[in-house]
Amino acid sequence: MQLFTKTEEQLRIVSVKEDRIDAAVALEFKDAMRVETEDGPDTVVLDLSQVQFIDSSGLGAIVAAMKSLGAERKMALAGLTPTVERVFQLTRMDTVFSVFSTLDGALAELQH
Amino acid sequence: MAHLPPFEISVKCSELAVRDALEQFLHALQPLQLSVEEAGTVELVLAETLNNIVEHAYPDPDTAGDFTVACTHQKDGLHLQITDQGLAMPDGTTPVGQCASVDVDLDDLPEGGFGWFLIQGLAKDVSYQRIGPDNQLTMRLAVAVH
Repeated sequence: MQLFTKTEEQLRIVSVKEDRIDAAVALEFKDAMRVETEDGPDTVVLDLSQVQFIDSSGLGAIVAAMKSLGAERKMALAGLTPTVERVFQLTRMDTVFSVFSTLDGALAELQH
Repeated sequence: MAHLPPFEISVKCSELAVRDALEQFLHALQPLQLSVEEAGTVELVLAETLNNIVEHAYPDPDTAGDFTVACTHQKDGLHLQITDQGLAMPDGTTPVGQCASVDVDLDDLPEGGFGWFLIQGLAKDVSYQRIGPDNQLTMRLAVAVH
């Protein structure tokens, strides 16, 4: 599971460098996210712009990653591709996260 | 609209087998030139169905068998028949697939149980039968309708 992480103006930005977050890699994703976010800024932006497909296991892993941040910290999602966005909409999980269509849009909003 | 002859793919069960099967299946649909949304529907429904087979019908990887996806293209969409020789569906029927509520505290947010909800929401005429040693799931995907 390739994740690329940087910290910028009080934001931890994690970019997923994979085409898919599915059942085959859901556990691996969850563990890798824990490593990337166990300390650092209160707001984590998960950049999904490279991810073309998630299934319900991938969705569950993203939810688990957000829950592991605890109530004091927040996770925003950026760059959802069409099929990924639809999974969030159908399950209404798009109401639980702040969702931004692009990473730049997320940074502009969250850095103020 | 191109008409697709019936086809069938068969894969030995494992977690990476689902990726393999999806790739083969979507490749076979290429002549239909599905939109991104239609292809997404097909991939999602089939992924959830096959993940369920890997997880529930063949829980023991050492004895896991094959699954087969047969597809016919008709006027009202793609008709799929998915077959495996694993454990039967509990209760002999498909789960209703209710969506877990997301209006809950952070700690109570669901991390699973979306699979059947997505299948029932995106596929039509979903039906399950146990025939001898076979689990047979049939469904229709209203894509490439003509």
